[in-house]
Amino acid sequence: MSETPAVVARDLAKVYRRFQHRNQFKTLKSALLTGSIVTDLTPDQTFTALDGVSFEVPKGTTFGVIGENGSGKSTLLKLLAGITRPTRGTLDVQGRVSALIELGAGFHPEISGRENVAINGIMLGLTRREVAERFRDIVAFAELERFIDAPVKTYSSGMYARLGFAVAIHVDPDVLLIDEVLAVGDEAFTRKCLDKIGEFRRRGKTILIVSHSLGLMEKMCDDVLWLRQGRVADGGDPKRVVDAYLTYVAGGEEALLAREHGQAAGEPAAAVPDEAPGEEATAPGYREGRWGSREVEITAVRLLDDRGHERHVYVPGEPLTIALSVRAQAAVDDFVFGIGLFNADGVSVYGTNTHLEEFEPGTIEGAGEVRFVIEELRLVEGTYLLDVAAHRRDGTPYDYHRGLYTFRVKSRTKDVGVWRPHHRWSFSGGVALEPPAARAELDLHETEE
Amino acid sequence: MSALAELRKLIRYRMLIQSLVGRELKARYRGSILGFFWSFVNPLLQLLTYGLVFVVILPGRHDPEMEPYLLFFFCGILPWTWFNSSLLEASGVLISGGSLIKKVMFPAEVLPVVTVLTNLAHFVLGLPILLLCLVVYGRLSPSALLLPLPLAIQLLLTVGFALLLSALTVHFRDLQNILSHLLHLWFFASPVLYYYGARTGLARALLRVNPMSHLLVSYQQMLFEGHFDHWRGLAATAVVAVVVFAVGTFLFDRLRDTLAEEV
Repeated sequence: MSETPAVVARDLAKVYRRFQHRNQFKTLKSALLTGSIVTDLTPDQTFTALDGVSFEVPKGTTFGVIGENGSGKSTLLKLLAGITRPTRGTLDVQGRVSALIELGAGFHPEISGRENVAINGIMLGLTRREVAERFRDIVAFAELERFIDAPVKTYSSGMYARLGFAVAIHVDPDVLLIDEVLAVGDEAFTRKCLDKIGEFRRRGKTILIVSHSLGLMEKMCDDVLWLRQGRVADGGDPKRVVDAYLTYVAGGEEALLAREHGQAAGEPAAAVPDEAPGEEATAPGYREGRWGSREVEITAVRLLDDRGHERHVYVPGEPLTIALSVRAQAAVDDFVFGIGLFNADGVSVYGTNTHLEEFEPGTIEGAGEVRFVIEELRLVEGTYLLDVAAHRRDGTPYDYHRGLYTFRVKSRTKDVGVWRPHHRWSFSGGVALEPPAARAELDLHETEE
Repeated sequence: MSALAELRKLIRYRMLIQSLVGRELKARYRGSILGFFWSFVNPLLQLLTYGLVFVVILPGRHDPEMEPYLLFFFCGILPWTWFNSSLLEASGVLISGGSLIKKVMFPAEVLPVVTVLTNLAHFVLGLPILLLCLVVYGRLSPSALLLPLPLAIQLLLTVGFALLLSALTVHFRDLQNILSHLLHLWFFASPVLYYYGARTGLARALLRVNPMSHLLVSYQQMLFEGHFDHWRGLAATAVVAVVVFAVGTFLFDRLRDTLAEEV
């Protein structure tokens, strides 16, 4: 790929200087009297928050940063956002950056939501006209139509954060920085945010995300960087890095070392059974969220409705076919096809493969197609991510596509959870309920004339 | 960064500055009954207070050139209030705006500039009342057309001081406390209550090195006396304003990196 990466960090270091040597009580007066005003402005204590951090984020990928508290994650985001400058090293960020770091920072409590949106938008780099164009979307996204003319001081903290998120995300940045902000708001709003972030990914925007929610990171990121005390501890495939981090956090430093040894000795598959081997960003043909030896290759993945049309939005109960175009250059006789469905929070909805269902592999050679037909898609509304894979029976991947495909389920019923069982209500005795007017689900078929 | 580059940067951020000034103006009187009228009422109440002291309690203490005294005083107190409030507010503006500087990519110098411009707006809103009074006394003359000149110089000077103070206060919080007293002293060392031309000796020498006195004399001449010949003093003040602005931007830039960490 000749395209320049969205973010290039080379040997980044950030050293915080501390001015407060016994300085809590130091005043301008004493500084002037003792003539120490010059020395006071020279730091005598330093704290290295980041040290020699290098990484690249290719355009259009989602990049996660994990690490314990104090490992330098937030400092890194601040550098990326341009809030502080690196002490050493270089940092190149291509395009407009929007940071979801402090939602609604800079809102003025006394003036209305409407005016705050305008000013906040300008602060984040929009022109007045752009703000006006996006105003309706912003307010609709924040679900604050009724309150937009009330002073922001009357908002609840959830409303405040929603409005902040809505403005920041409508800046339409090329690079979006997210710092643990998804913890705000209720579940419905969090899901909406995740959907919006998913939409960003599909539109080829670059996302950098810092979070302690490892499941989410594993699910959303194409690449994860693990910071430990300001240095890069590990980086690469999300599942592998998150596993390593969890092993480390669980106090298993020794296990970790053993593991690193195992990998250095070239036995990654043994150390991490069904996960990605050491195919890193340097390998040819590497794509974020995709790995494997490619002896069997998944060349295309299509989501088809009952009429065989490609579609990405479904209503509950509809059939959905996942069609994998596969190809093997040479004949292979040990192969398994699998699929995995996840919701936007990274919760596994369903996963299966041909091995689990006891299909015996014969041979695969040349091109072919594998179809996984879901007769009835019994899911609640939301965005779902799809994993597809071809691998050996022992789990060694040929071609693993992680979360590269998404589809949405839309429903008129706003029920919650993941699964919508086929169900009905019945009432008897003294219970009287008015049944709802019959409403059909939406018809999302393309109209064919 | 040179002062010129800084100036260009501020012009680039004009839309942001404009919105923030608008917000400050709106927010300041939000919730009060008189609302925007406070911009007019404030200088009038100030005038009343000083009028009580210097016309009723201590009458006849002023030079004959200053009659009608309240009108003379009005010409000086309006620009002084702009200067005074700008610096007082600017000294705390980075600390109170800390969330912005720490959490979003935000050009910190915008905040003190917004403070100065907001107070300029109050000054400009007070001007019509002053002009009205001048008309009533039959004092308004064409020399009032020169008003933009001292105004522009004062703007540059105030922005320079505001940048300087706002950045220094982050490191030396005491400044905020000292400042109100220093400004009080500065007020009495400036010809607002008395007539510049009538001072002699040490007082005259002190007034001469005070850039604010030349600005005040300019306003007083243009508005109250109806002629203007204080060119040299005003020109010297312009030079001082440029120097203060340059020093302010230089220091602000030097301390910029520490602002987000120290606020």
